[in-house]
Amino acid sequence: MTATSYDLLAASAFLTGLSEGHLRQLSYTASRCVFRAGSRVFAEGGHADRFWLINAGRIDLDTHVPGRGDVVVETLGPGAVLGWSWLFPPYRWHFGAFAPQTTFAVSLDASGVRRLCERDPALGYQLTSRFVQVVVERLQATRMRLLDLYKVPS
Amino acid sequence: MMPLPYRVTGRRQETSDTATLILEPVRQPMAAARPGQFSMVYAFGVGEVPISVSGPPDADLVVHTLRAVGAVTRALHDARVGQVLGLRGPYGTDWGLPVPVGSDLVIVGGGIGLAPLRPAVYHALDQRARYRRVAVLIGARTPDDLLFTKEYDDWRAGGVEVGVTVDRADTTWAGRVGVVPDLITGLEFAPESTVALVCGPEVMMRFTARALLRRGVPPAAVRVSLERNMHCGTALCGHCQLGPLLLCRDGPVVGYDRAQPLTGVKEL
Amino acid sequence: MPVLLTSLDPLVAALRADGYRVVGPTVRDGAIVLAELDRADMLPYGWGVRLGPGGYRLRERDDRAAFANSAGPQSWKQFLHPPRQQLWSAERDSDGGFTVAEPADEPPRYAFLGVRPCDLRAISVLDHVLGAGADNRYARRREGIFIVVANCTEPGETCFCVSAGGGPGVGPGHDGAGYDLALTELADDDGVRYVVDAGSEDGWRLLDRLPYEAAEPPTTARARDAVARAADRMGRTLPAADLRALLAGTLEAARWDDVAARCLSCGNCTMVCPTCFCTSVEDTTDLTGDHAERWLRWESCFDLDFSYLHGGPVRSSRRSRYRQWLTHKLGTWHDQFGESGCVGCGRCIVWCPVGIDITEETHALAAEYEASTDDRGGGAQR
Repeated sequence: MTATSYDLLAASAFLTGLSEGHLRQLSYTASRCVFRAGSRVFAEGGHADRFWLINAGRIDLDTHVPGRGDVVVETLGPGAVLGWSWLFPPYRWHFGAFAPQTTFAVSLDASGVRRLCERDPALGYQLTSRFVQVVVERLQATRMRLLDLYKVPS
Repeated sequence: MMPLPYRVTGRRQETSDTATLILEPVRQPMAAARPGQFSMVYAFGVGEVPISVSGPPDADLVVHTLRAVGAVTRALHDARVGQVLGLRGPYGTDWGLPVPVGSDLVIVGGGIGLAPLRPAVYHALDQRARYRRVAVLIGARTPDDLLFTKEYDDWRAGGVEVGVTVDRADTTWAGRVGVVPDLITGLEFAPESTVALVCGPEVMMRFTARALLRRGVPPAAVRVSLERNMHCGTALCGHCQLGPLLLCRDGPVVGYDRAQPLTGVKEL
Repeated sequence: MPVLLTSLDPLVAALRADGYRVVGPTVRDGAIVLAELDRADMLPYGWGVRLGPGGYRLRERDDRAAFANSAGPQSWKQFLHPPRQQLWSAERDSDGGFTVAEPADEPPRYAFLGVRPCDLRAISVLDHVLGAGADNRYARRREGIFIVVANCTEPGETCFCVSAGGGPGVGPGHDGAGYDLALTELADDDGVRYVVDAGSEDGWRLLDRLPYEAAEPPTTARARDAVARAADRMGRTLPAADLRALLAGTLEAARWDDVAARCLSCGNCTMVCPTCFCTSVEDTTDLTGDHAERWLRWESCFDLDFSYLHGGPVRSSRRSRYRQWLTHKLGTWHDQFGESGCVGCGRCIVWCPVGIDITEETHALAAEYEASTDDRGGGAQR
């Protein structure tokens, strides 16, 4: 038996603690998806109309630097959330995303989730605080890289 | 307290500023180092520095991997095959191997910090059946700064999960980009029966320990390798104090339950 | 039973005859220093000292006592743990290797004359740190030393041995007491004389060769009283608290900023401290590059480079360096060596150019600790 979207959402660390009702509502906006190795998930500047919970595989966030090509700025693995540009206007991706290997995920429809949140502020709060936590963790990791810890001290 | 002459019988350039030296005793050898211990390595007339042992426990040869960051380490890094260096030791606490049967072993190395962990990886490969999961998580500044890359496939073949990430990469890098603690997020292990061995820059170890603790690993099961200025290696000179610890004697390997309150005090 | 000596000349002569280099207090350059003594009359007879934070002055006494003065700028570590010593030298061999050899010199055989009980404790602290009994240079130097204690009858204004866990006198001794002979000096209208006890077999044997008299009970009682009274006349005290816990609990105290504003980070306190043992090594070569040496020299935790770790010092602020010194001396020394590193001699107070007083600082920390734990309903500060 294959897992339904609901099963996958209920099993995700990101949504741990969400009520069954909220999970059920979210599952109506969700669908399972696969990215083949070497495929682009979205391009920088594209319309941010969904986000993903990664179940297996890997997604690279990248940006195109003239003369250097597509530079990977961060890698996301199983358990990670991909995409938060859908949260606020202008709903455009700030970075690109690329699947260097076959990657399984659940995608959630942005306008559907936004509608749910507007109707039900309790769900809105639950989701927003989870996204803030993800953003804080990524910010901290970025700050750590900013420290350039492995550099030879001068 | 007198260095024993050891001849360089092998040398490998690991990265642009890091080399591995294989050293064999000219006359009398020092005792075999346990994984995690260090020697004081002397460059004739230049000076002496503490360097962790990066090879398997062996009385007949000593392996050191060192990075050129100052005058003495530069001289040691530049040592050629045939040259004689001085060694004293082994000194300090070790990784405390073996850990209990059935444990998950999580080994986390940042930069040159992977060197003192390599003997622990060898131990895990040697006694792979003893443990449940064994993972080696490796971080470096760039792909060019990664140590022992030729061995990763052998480690994987030996049943060890190897995760690699770099802080920054160019387009030729196909691996992960991000910090080492991020590798812990996706890792499967049983927190209550996990022992973690962590070595790298102090801040990296703090973030790594935090990520492990958040997953439920007990602080005492997270072992970190701390570093302070070491001169004598024998708890006689006072330089390597960190609060109550003389790190050459009570360290370098210290449980995070002891290390956390001490590394949390600025300029201790 | 204690005996009475009316002169120390025969003692010094007997020690010298046994091949000892006798080191004891003598007046030089306006201070009582420790130097090699040819004769007992080089002792500071008739000299006292006036001590205070950042102050040391000799003063003439009304009597002819030689030991009625407290710690001078030097201590016995000068001789047991010399400020600069060669550890080894190395010569390049023809095959590219090298041979290392320790200096062949035999350590001098010292007799320490006039060791105060605080300093006797300091010697024992050094023994525990530097490894008496081990196979090292310190142990070899320490092994043959003959110790003559001078009990303290006149503590100085900066003395606090009693609250540091010691006292002005050593008890009737036996082998293992840490000294060979113990003197208590009596100086009055009857002149200067010494009630003497032995603390070791060597001490008894030497005493037997000296022209001693029986010590009458009233005389020994007077000597005992003089030492007992000294215990009540300490110029200063340490707080009567668990100092290890106090210092572990006050690492972020505001008082460190206060003392850091006064401290010059000169390291004088570490140089005069009889237990400060920290050292650095220096590696050198000659011009040919075929001969190398390693030297050990005293180092101070107040030096910026003391905590150097590739890139810079760990303790870059004066606050952190003073904190390191004080917390080590009174606190973490317990963790590292099972006892306090302070014997209450008061040298660090006297020789601090700005008069920082370790007892005053510790009392201030104790007050701040108490206030902070009161604020937290009795819970310990962490």
